[in-house]
Amino acid sequence: MTDNSSEPILEVNDLCVSYGKVEALHHVSLKVRPGEIVTVIGPNGAGKTTLLSAIMGVLPFTHGEIRYQGEASRHIDIEQMVARGMTLVPEKRELFGDMSVADNLLLGAFMRRRLGFRDERDTLERVYGIFPRLRERHQQTAGTLSGGERQMLAVGRALMAQPKILMLDEPSLGLAPLIVREIFRVIGDLRDLGVAILLVEQNARAALQVSDYGYVLETGEIALAGPSDQLEDDPKVVESYLGLGGKH
Amino acid sequence: MDLQIALLLGQDGIVNGAIYALLALALVLVFAVTRVIFIPQGEFVAYGALTLASLQAGQVPGTLWLLLACGVAVAVIDAPASLRFGKGRFAKLLGWQVLYPIVVAALVLGTAPGDWPMALQVLLALAVVVPLGPQLYRLAYQPIAEAPVLVLLIVSVAVHLALVGLGLLFFGAEGSRTPAFSEASFDIGGLTITGQSLWVIGASAVLIVALYIFFEKSLYGKALRATAVNRAGARLMGISTTLAGKLTFLLAAMIGTLSGILIAPITTVYYDTGFLIGLKGFVGAIVGGLASYPVAAAGALLVGLLEAFSSFWASAFKEVIVFTLIIPVLVWRSLASRHHEEEE
Repeated sequence: MTDNSSEPILEVNDLCVSYGKVEALHHVSLKVRPGEIVTVIGPNGAGKTTLLSAIMGVLPFTHGEIRYQGEASRHIDIEQMVARGMTLVPEKRELFGDMSVADNLLLGAFMRRRLGFRDERDTLERVYGIFPRLRERHQQTAGTLSGGERQMLAVGRALMAQPKILMLDEPSLGLAPLIVREIFRVIGDLRDLGVAILLVEQNARAALQVSDYGYVLETGEIALAGPSDQLEDDPKVVESYLGLGGKH
Repeated sequence: MDLQIALLLGQDGIVNGAIYALLALALVLVFAVTRVIFIPQGEFVAYGALTLASLQAGQVPGTLWLLLACGVAVAVIDAPASLRFGKGRFAKLLGWQVLYPIVVAALVLGTAPGDWPMALQVLLALAVVVPLGPQLYRLAYQPIAEAPVLVLLIVSVAVHLALVGLGLLFFGAEGSRTPAFSEASFDIGGLTITGQSLWVIGASAVLIVALYIFFEKSLYGKALRATAVNRAGARLMGISTTLAGKLTFLLAAMIGTLSGILIAPITTVYYDTGFLIGLKGFVGAIVGGLASYPVAAAGALLVGLLEAFSSFWASAFKEVIVFTLIIPVLVWRSLASRHHEEEE
């Protein structure tokens, strides 16, 4: 469903982010179009989480520009980004551990309710359709879930906001292969619904297989970029991230 | 001590304990959501009682001027940010922070609330005092919302001292007492139960149930719980720290003001009475580790009973005994629970 001619929903131009004197991102640029899955792969500490945090408005940036839906964001205001349809599933999930699965999901629609939408019950049914396991567990508190279920809940909660762009930070981290496959199947299905997805992953193979376009982030800089199927065949990517017969 | 005295003291203890329980719940709530130890909680008790008393006496309560001043201050500070979000947000800001205080002032100055029925006087007192809660959050706490707990505590002490000073300015050093909500009294087996005691216990119970329903069933109640459980997660859902803070302070101010209005007929309230009452609620909250609502409420009831009985046996040491309770509680808590480092 990718439409390369359409305007990007998210555009990052020449972005620099610093923690004190240490610059974590150097002049990073990327684009995400509606209905497209874009992945950023790279080793630990390359700045992937920093990139998502800056886009979401959690972190300030020192240089460059983040344009969302054609409008540059200047102020740090997560609330505003959520209201405009951007949702982040953070690496640590950040679930509400003492609260029930159903309440966690309903709170995902908090901003929509504030904006006057009253469709959270329908959305809840859709999320239960995507993750039947969550329906089974809806009365349990989030803290009692297994790792895979917690990730399903984190993604499900993000979907309750009916995002226009969904950003996922390491959704496969620490999960069993079967659950990783499940999560990536859902990510693929979401794209077909027209949701733009920015996926940050260390699991490069799965990420490149599901995505349309990929960036390789190394020590805060974009080292490589291209359509995902081309990146999968790129010898440098193969050697560093896919490890297919890369042994010399 | 015979049974009758014991029952009388028990009644006294439960009535006071009910008020302490309300304050303890508010303290736990404020701490859980904003990490602020809300020392000025007691000032809302005093402001509530004294505002009602001066309305009934046909005077203009000084808290009205504070409401107007804080409203203007908040409107000035928030004007640029609200304009950035559009005219609607700006109109809302002006409506709540400027127009609303003016309407309340017009009611107080233009009509004669002294002649109103008591229920309306109570509502008017609430209308004057409760908005000070969110205003206080905006002016004193929101700019330092991410500061460590200790900094927030120091600011709380400062706000408390400022409000006590303003209380003296507004209401003078004289204490006030308001007429009882009900003059009825019941005689059960030689024990006289006053209508006011029943009002206090009943109103506290209703308020506690209402709070429970709010937190269990309503979206905003759940949003506050979510903020208490995981601030970062809540922010990613669009539940901003500011919204949660203002809502929490609104609830805490409402609980404090209502407590003051409830006890005003039982005890003479001075401008600085609130601090001691708030502290006793705090002892109750500490019993619950500033985290558990039911244990905090039970602890507060215990404080009320302990206070009543110690006033009989050793009235000179009444306060000492109540506040000494905190030492065994802290020892017990430190032994019983594993120590958690504060997450920063």
